[in-house]
Amino acid sequence: MSTAIVTPPETFNEAAFNAFLEQRDDPEWIIELRKKAFAIYNEKLCEPLDPEEWKRVDLRIFQPDKFALSADKPAGNKLDTQLQGEAEFKGQVTHENGHCTSSQIDASLVEQGVVFGDLSALVHTHREILEPYFMTKAVAPDRDRFAAWHAAFWTGGTVLYVPKNCSVEAPLHSLIALTQAGAADFSHTLVILEDNASATLLEETLSGDENSPGLHLGCVELIVGKDANLRYVQLQNWNQKTYHFAHQAGLVESNGFMQWTVSALGAKLAHVHQDVVLNGRGSIGEVNGVTFATDKQKISYYTQQTHNAEQTRSDLLYKEVLRDKSRVVWRGMIKVDKKAQLTDGYQRSDALMLSDTARADAIPGLEIEADDVRCTHGATAGQVDEEQVFYAMSRGLSRYEAMHMIVEGFFQTVYDRIPVEAVRKTLSDAVVQKLGIGD
Amino acid sequence: MTSLLKIENLHVNVEETPILKGVNLEVKAGEIHALMGENGSGKSTLAYALAGHPKYTITEGTVELDGANLNELDPSERARLGLFLAFQYPVTIPGVKVADFLRHAISNIRNPDRKEGEGLVPMREFRKELKEQMGSLDMKTEFARRYLNEGFSGGEKKRMEILQLAMLKPKFAILDETDSGLDSDAVRFVSEGLTKLTGPEMGVMIITHHERLLQYNIPQYAHVMMGGRIVETGDVSLAEEIHNEGYTALRERHPEAAAEQEQVEAVTQ
Ligand SMILES: Nc1ncnc2c1ncn2[C@@H]1O[C@H](COP(=O)(O)OP(=O)(O)OP(=O)(O)O)[C@@H](O)[C@H]1O
Ligand SMILES: [Mg+2]
Repeated sequence: MSTAIVTPPETFNEAAFNAFLEQRDDPEWIIELRKKAFAIYNEKLCEPLDPEEWKRVDLRIFQPDKFALSADKPAGNKLDTQLQGEAEFKGQVTHENGHCTSSQIDASLVEQGVVFGDLSALVHTHREILEPYFMTKAVAPDRDRFAAWHAAFWTGGTVLYVPKNCSVEAPLHSLIALTQAGAADFSHTLVILEDNASATLLEETLSGDENSPGLHLGCVELIVGKDANLRYVQLQNWNQKTYHFAHQAGLVESNGFMQWTVSALGAKLAHVHQDVVLNGRGSIGEVNGVTFATDKQKISYYTQQTHNAEQTRSDLLYKEVLRDKSRVVWRGMIKVDKKAQLTDGYQRSDALMLSDTARADAIPGLEIEADDVRCTHGATAGQVDEEQVFYAMSRGLSRYEAMHMIVEGFFQTVYDRIPVEAVRKTLSDAVVQKLGIGD
Repeated sequence: MTSLLKIENLHVNVEETPILKGVNLEVKAGEIHALMGENGSGKSTLAYALAGHPKYTITEGTVELDGANLNELDPSERARLGLFLAFQYPVTIPGVKVADFLRHAISNIRNPDRKEGEGLVPMREFRKELKEQMGSLDMKTEFARRYLNEGFSGGEKKRMEILQLAMLKPKFAILDETDSGLDSDAVRFVSEGLTKLTGPEMGVMIITHHERLLQYNIPQYAHVMMGGRIVETGDVSLAEEIHNEGYTALRERHPEAAAEQEQVEAVTQ
């Protein structure tokens, strides 16, 4: 399917698109954008996908017509969230099967002009805030087939807007769930921090049960203004029957700081295109990745760290643990523009293999046009060191406990970079859970 | 009942190569044994085989701890029965904090039936004990928060082994060259530390090439290994003889073992 398709899947063809528009209550400007995007989607279906990004992802197993957007708003199921209860949140938005089922924000934040809620509702009330950014700067609909598909059919999503000089201390929580077999979620996360604003958004995705197939075709856009400070976390924890595709991009202006943590624990097949774009002088982008793949999971990342201005710094650290017949692919690229002198770019991926049937591929790359820069990259992959297991066991730890400690220790260097305790705790709990499977 | 570690006719292969060729040794609680021998004579092999290293296969003979046959037990089960090895080359486990590691270790050793996920030794009790033991070994408490042996100097790693010994309080401790690579102050701390830990409850086997550790912890028995066998057993004067005169006389007394020792060296070099 990385080749051209020509006709759209039945559940996302013209008739489905018109029915989708019909059943929604979007304002005119959004309908216009959707129609343009749908036209692009049809064009893009006739074009092959970028082989550099897609050649290691086997899309043949993915049958999009097995999934459809659901018109019915769920009653709001009880969801087994991992983050909730771990921290005090000042706002919470939940989406289920593409519909927003709850949305709250602390009154003190509203007073300061913070907007936090559901995109489908906010396009009616906050066009002036959203329109300049919504799929205009970070992820454009014409980027590829998936971006256009999302732009035509997005179902909702969490929006966070923080005005100039406003700093939101407590984290905010966004939950995206799929609870019905064959359901699709096309949620769009949009974060806009004006100059000198700061915030932390913790987002998690999960499934209602272990067996219902689902599709997430998401998009994340993070806009970090001058001197602004964003911490964004996405914990991907779908069941192993779910397909996860996402275009994710963060733009950082002068002296802004973005710390972005992604974790991939779930999904049958996941492909995430993650871009860090450092547009302003002195801006910093830090990326932390935690992946734990088991069974036959296939997790793929395509990351780009783009330096467009002087004295920018990017730092990406991905850690992957693989077991069973899982496969992880990371294709990473650092791009440095001619004018981006004195930049510092770093990328590294370390994989720990718990079984010899798993496979990890790491392909780092550099495209550097400036001459006065420091860019380094590295990748390692190795089995668990049996000497470590023996040493731990000789102190009374069971083999399982020893493996657990070694895996936790392997992730520790990336945990050490995550300042939010709730996230560290959640990840570590998830690792314990995943270690249990199949043992 | 006095605890007993009994090694009988022990033969051990590393991969396909026979290294130990019939070792007999009994260590009782309260005793200190010195195990000496030239480089490559099989001392560490014995230590690893006792601890249950998967690469060291017992092909003949038995190891018993208080009547329980250890041959088929995994390293964790042996540790839970009270066996401890201070490694000649301690292993680094990146990202695992010393305190977390030790808390799990003592929880298992003190409650041998403990399963993963069951209760750990209470935090407060554990911290207090760890702090005391670190104090008596003159270790800075910040080591508890560091990752296990990561970036530790050679001497710090050895001290960490003694700290673990102090926390785990085994029935039998094997110290494999715990005094090597230490500066003279560190040798003193480790030696004094060991003196405080030993007593009628613990049997100790000290593998060493040096005198100091034995001066602080005087052995009742000294054994010499050569070519994968214990060729002589005596008292502390045997250790002194080796320190003063080396192995030449011993080789002459045991020409066959000396020849085998040379063979092994030739194969592995
Ligand atoms: N893992 C291994 N692989 C291959 N050979 C081994 C291994 N372990 C031990 N040997 C060999 O077995 C023999 C005994 O080694 P061992 O480490 O037991 O000696 P040692 O008495 O502890 O020596 P030293 O005083 O140098 O520590 C040596 O010839 C060594 O090369
Ligand atoms: Mg040795």
